[in-house]
Amino acid sequence: MSDIAFWVIVGITVGSAFMVVQSKSLLYSAYALLFTFIGVTGLYIFLWADFLAVVQVVVYVGGILVLIIFGIMLTNKITSVNISHTSMQKSMGAVVVIAFIGLLGYMILSTPWLVLSNAEPSDTTRAIGRLLLMDYLLPFEAVSLLLLGALIGATTLSRKDT
Amino acid sequence: MDSLVNYLLVSSILFSLGLYGVVTRRNGVAVLMSIELILNAANINFLAFARFGGMNMTGHVYALFVIVLAAAEAAVALAIIINIFNNFNTINIDDVSELKQ
Amino acid sequence: MISGNIITDFSLLILFLPLVAFIINIIFGKRLPRQGDWVSVGAILITLILSLSLLMNMLMNWDSDFSHEAVIPWIDLGAFKISLGFWVDNITVVMLVVVSLISSMTHIFSLEYMKGDIRYNRYYAYLGLFTFSMNGIVLANNVMSLYIFWELVGVSSYLLIGHWFEKHSAADASKKAFLTNRVGDIGFFIGIMIMFTAIGSFNFQDLFKGVSEGLVTGSLLTFAGLGLFMGAVGKSSQFPLHIWLPDAMEGPTPVSALMHAATMVAAGVYLTVRLFPLFSPEALTIIAYVGGFTALFAATIAITQNDIKKVLAYSTVSQLGYMILAVGVGNYVAAFFHLLTHAMFKACLFYGSGSVIHSMHHSLHELKDHDTDPQDMRNMGGFKSKMPLTHWTMLIATLAISGVPLFSGFLSKDAILAGTLAFAQHHPQHFLLPIFGFGAAAITAFYMFRLIFMTFYGKPKMIKVFKGIHESPKVMTFPLVLLAGLSFFIFYTLPYFNPFSDHGWFTELIKARDSAVPGNPSAEEIYQGVHHAHYTAMALSLLVAAFGIGLSYLMYIKEKFSAEAWAKRMGLFYKLSLNKYFFDENYNRFLYQPFLKLSRAVAYVDWDLYDKYFINGFGHVTKMLSKITGRMDYEGLDQTLVDGVGRTTQGFGEQLKQVQTGRLQNYMLFALIGVILILVFQAV
Repeated sequence: MSDIAFWVIVGITVGSAFMVVQSKSLLYSAYALLFTFIGVTGLYIFLWADFLAVVQVVVYVGGILVLIIFGIMLTNKITSVNISHTSMQKSMGAVVVIAFIGLLGYMILSTPWLVLSNAEPSDTTRAIGRLLLMDYLLPFEAVSLLLLGALIGATTLSRKDT
Repeated sequence: MDSLVNYLLVSSILFSLGLYGVVTRRNGVAVLMSIELILNAANINFLAFARFGGMNMTGHVYALFVIVLAAAEAAVALAIIINIFNNFNTINIDDVSELKQ
Repeated sequence: MISGNIITDFSLLILFLPLVAFIINIIFGKRLPRQGDWVSVGAILITLILSLSLLMNMLMNWDSDFSHEAVIPWIDLGAFKISLGFWVDNITVVMLVVVSLISSMTHIFSLEYMKGDIRYNRYYAYLGLFTFSMNGIVLANNVMSLYIFWELVGVSSYLLIGHWFEKHSAADASKKAFLTNRVGDIGFFIGIMIMFTAIGSFNFQDLFKGVSEGLVTGSLLTFAGLGLFMGAVGKSSQFPLHIWLPDAMEGPTPVSALMHAATMVAAGVYLTVRLFPLFSPEALTIIAYVGGFTALFAATIAITQNDIKKVLAYSTVSQLGYMILAVGVGNYVAAFFHLLTHAMFKACLFYGSGSVIHSMHHSLHELKDHDTDPQDMRNMGGFKSKMPLTHWTMLIATLAISGVPLFSGFLSKDAILAGTLAFAQHHPQHFLLPIFGFGAAAITAFYMFRLIFMTFYGKPKMIKVFKGIHESPKVMTFPLVLLAGLSFFIFYTLPYFNPFSDHGWFTELIKARDSAVPGNPSAEEIYQGVHHAHYTAMALSLLVAAFGIGLSYLMYIKEKFSAEAWAKRMGLFYKLSLNKYFFDENYNRFLYQPFLKLSRAVAYVDWDLYDKYFINGFGHVTKMLSKITGRMDYEGLDQTLVDGVGRTTQGFGEQLKQVQTGRLQNYMLFALIGVILILVFQAV
């Protein structure tokens, strides 16, 4: 039962991702991105990362995706249609990407992964919190600074020059 | 059937698709979206290794960090794109290249 | 080493002082006051004083075996050694005095004779060079350095004969002199080399020793001896190389006096006197015949010549023949004696003729007459009253040369003639030799007095010219007086006073040496023979001298016989004599012209054939090759390779620059491709 679910979710994810990169309309790409995010959330749950699944939904879907849609709305002339892409770039890109997939796949499949068995954890949030404030305090602080910087930067960028 | 290899494959497919999008798409926002795909693929990787590596919570922490960074980056990137739009009146990134030969 | 001995020091000074004068005059001459003639005159006078002091030394020592040698090694390669040095013995001392004295007289005489000449300083420089070379010959102790100085004397002669080289005849004469000398020198050098190869040294003493030990014998010795004699034939103008001396009269008269009367031509005689011990009997006989024939033959030419200097030139040739004849018959001391006396009176005669010519020049110059020959005796006559000093001194010298008693020439000639008689007495088959000798004596007396009579006696042939004749200044007459004085017998017979015997300091101090060649009579034997024939010779020589003088007197003073009538009667003989037996013309026809033709033919082959086709052909081939390689280089290399690389690079660049699209995504794609490639190739 879970296998089927797994594979369905994988299908949603990959299909949506495909749509994202391939769609001619931006808005369709944005919606596809939404489904991709949801699919990824499902994958997180399968991976026993409950806290992160929630974070993913809240931040990504609620924040970033909204931001993106804002961006689309603000910058697109909806009435105009996107001009065609360069065919050379697309075909070259496709070839390269397929080569890349092949390479990675080969790498993944041929490596003897050392898998450690483990039990399903009950308290991921607590564990993450503990790690954040004990072992990874410095990166935590650094990230806060980064966020501050991003905040200031974004504000500055979008200011009108007066 | 959620073995490590499967997750890794998924992640790599997502990554490659994201890469394709970055390289191919002409709209700036579309490129941004592709970048988000890449970031998500990396996150899946982290978490897969965290789970199959003895439930090492370090993976989770890193994934968290990635999400945070993705958010910050998306904000800034959109600010830039809006600026470009204001300046060039298009976000077709082909037209904003003044570096070309 | 050389230093430390007064004689050696004097010899060095005597040798090199004139050379120093030469160098100074040649380099600085024009800038010095009076063009530097006082440098040369000063040097030569010092040389004369030194030579005279050596003579004094000799007379005081009264040692007939005096000999002093000083040697410096020059080349020493172990087995091959050449040393240079001086050999001073009594003969050397006398010769040095002769050279220095006549050279000094020439220097002084030229002060007036060459006044205003355009190359005055060079003239004196060359005189210095000549004196240096001549003294080198006299002082040499080995044939190699003698040969070197021999050639130097030839060079000086060339330079001085051709002093007025603007005149074609003078330039030709100087060349002729040098080249004829050269022909003789070939034989000389062959002789030297034969001796050196056989004996291994150039030194005289070594050569004498080597010959006496029998290292060189038979026909090789005769051949070597004749080779050495060839040098004398060239230098002393003997038959058949006599042709240059009459032409050498183109030079200034003082030069003629110095070189072609007293010293340079005497060098040949000096050589044979020095090398006497080396000649085999056969060689000596040939030498005697050459000398005797020349003596007679030249005399026959002199009787018809009208140029005063030419008469004296042929006379010199004849007298040199006498000296050579004397050496040939073995009485080489007599030859040297005659060399000494001849130097004095012949130089006096030349100076005298110089004085006459100088006077004629002035007279003609005043009359603006440039056509009359100032040297032709037919334009003279009666100068006795106008030039008394010149006349008397020349008369004295003529008496000496004709062999009149009380004069020096009588003694020396007498000795020679006695020698020929003695030789003929021992070898009756050589009867011609005394005939040559006495015949020449008669003819000599005749033509010398003819010269005196035509110039100083009788009626002047050109009255206008005669009016302008005057005596020469003291500078010119002083040498005349000095040399005329030395033509008296007394200076040679001291401390004896017998004018009929040559017994005196000369014969006491200059003793003959034995010949080194076995088969030759010893000096003692020769002396005995001469002594026996002495009185016969004396009587005969007095006879022939009287005959010659008398005939000349009759012909030219009393005019009993007409010279022209005799000339017509002896038509052919006269013509032959006047034209010097056509020697020059025949040489020209049979020697020079064929040789010139040959050299022209060779030149044609070299120039028109070899150079034009062969050498120039190379040039053409090279040009052609260079054209091809040039094309190869330009088009092949430059255009294709060098420029091609440039063009290819440019093309690539054009294509490759399209990579810089300016589009970020393109760059990313390329980066991606790169990453894949790295991963793939790393795995592989």
